[in-house]
Amino acid sequence: MERKSNGGEESQHADPQLIYAAFKRARNKEKLIVHLTQALLLVFLLGLWEYAGRAKWIDVFLFSYPSKIIRLLADKWMDGSLLPHIGVTVAETAAGFALGTLSGLLIATVIWWSPFLARVLDPYLVVLNSLPKVALGPLFIVALGSGVLSIIATILSITVIITTLVIYNAFCEVDANYVKVVKVFGATKTQSFAKVILPASFPAIVSTLKVNVGLAWVGVIVGEFLVAKEGLGYLIIYGFQVFNFTLVLSSLFIIAAFATLMYQIVAAIEHRIVRNRR
Amino acid sequence: MLPAVEASNITHVYVNENGASLALDQIALTVADGEFVSLVGPSGCGKTTLLSIIAGLIRPTGGTVRIQGQPVTGPTSKIGYMLQQDFLFPWRNIRENVTIGLEVMGKLTRETKEYALHLLDELGLGHAALKYPGELSGGMRQRAALARTLATEPDILFLDEPFSSLDFHTKLQLENLIFQTLKDRSKTSLLVTHDIAEAIAMSDRIIVLQPNPGRIGSEIIIPPYLAEALPIDAREQDGFQEWFRLVRKEFTSMEKRR
Repeated sequence: MERKSNGGEESQHADPQLIYAAFKRARNKEKLIVHLTQALLLVFLLGLWEYAGRAKWIDVFLFSYPSKIIRLLADKWMDGSLLPHIGVTVAETAAGFALGTLSGLLIATVIWWSPFLARVLDPYLVVLNSLPKVALGPLFIVALGSGVLSIIATILSITVIITTLVIYNAFCEVDANYVKVVKVFGATKTQSFAKVILPASFPAIVSTLKVNVGLAWVGVIVGEFLVAKEGLGYLIIYGFQVFNFTLVLSSLFIIAAFATLMYQIVAAIEHRIVRNRR
Repeated sequence: MLPAVEASNITHVYVNENGASLALDQIALTVADGEFVSLVGPSGCGKTTLLSIIAGLIRPTGGTVRIQGQPVTGPTSKIGYMLQQDFLFPWRNIRENVTIGLEVMGKLTRETKEYALHLLDELGLGHAALKYPGELSGGMRQRAALARTLATEPDILFLDEPFSSLDFHTKLQLENLIFQTLKDRSKTSLLVTHDIAEAIAMSDRIIVLQPNPGRIGSEIIIPPYLAEALPIDAREQDGFQEWFRLVRKEFTSMEKRR
């Protein structure tokens, strides 16, 4: 029997291959529509902003508009003054992000190892976690000088405690029976940690990476507000000081782009790690 | 010959903020080499605690355990332990799960790895070696857990309700498979279960535990024609129902005494 149109409803015996093909076609179509709508929405919003700016519906001095921002970015790119700022900020963010996550993981490991230490440190961690850490900024400047070190310290202050708490909780929530599996084989504490606790906590660790991407950007911008002579945070502050809000918005554009990129990298890592799990 | 398992005067007290409670009271039991013994009893009678003590995972408050004549101070490679669920690591494929014990013991060589793969083949999981636990059914997962336990070649197997999370059909199949596999290798086995029929179908001897505190109520020796038949056949034998009633009576008389 021949079928002419799509959709398998009329065929007499259901062919899973055909049904699957139809299902995939429908799904791809849906995906395409979502992406298309997203793109149209972006074009519409940017267009509206552009038009509102040119027609003077909004205060161009404050809110600028897309073509102005793109022109500014292009100019700065051409004269080579943009790239060093991007480089500095991205490097600081990446360094702070990596250091913050690793230190959190390390501290979590140490307190998992020693339940005594975990109980002793508990109230300290709770207080430190609820403290607004950016308030420590001035202290970092005095202690570490107004440079890269202070900025990285700001990122660390924001990321380390929450990373420690989340990863330590993940360690504690690993089903005791998984540990029992290796204990009956005579596993040492180091082996239990390396073979069970750590791999079982990978999904939680990766999700803290995602949170830390966002926090690292907050830390770097705050840090640069306070001390920097270069970087995207510096450009924002400089833009405010000279009332060049196009510059402020341009910097935000770049930050959004790089933050998204970093997030996507972490999401790709997560996908690799958790793809085989339930 | 020394008994495979010899526990004498095992007493265990659990302590927490609310007080101390006697979990096990003066338990003595021996399991002969090659014997299949079941521990049955209602929940809360300390079956799993007793098994953990004999396996060296928990230090008892009082009493001693000897495995093949050696006093137990911690987990020993002579004992293999199967848990209530498979607890296969979802981040390792089946082959990597089966060799975890060898890895932990530092015994992972080409020969032992091949033996582990051979076990998988024998248990009908050869095709699944590279799959992940999430892709397997409950019965297949528990078979993989059996392979993991056998891979380190223990002499004695502790089975802590290994069938309790399976559906009835899978459970019968797996009872047969485990029974056959353990008999073929002349392993000594200690099965913890609350399923009376399962205990009769699989064991040579049944020890009934009483709750609060856990202590030995009675011992029932299963006649060879039931003990030696495959579990699925034993369930069909004449007399199976009588034995079932007998063991059940031990349970009910226990409840009356409480």
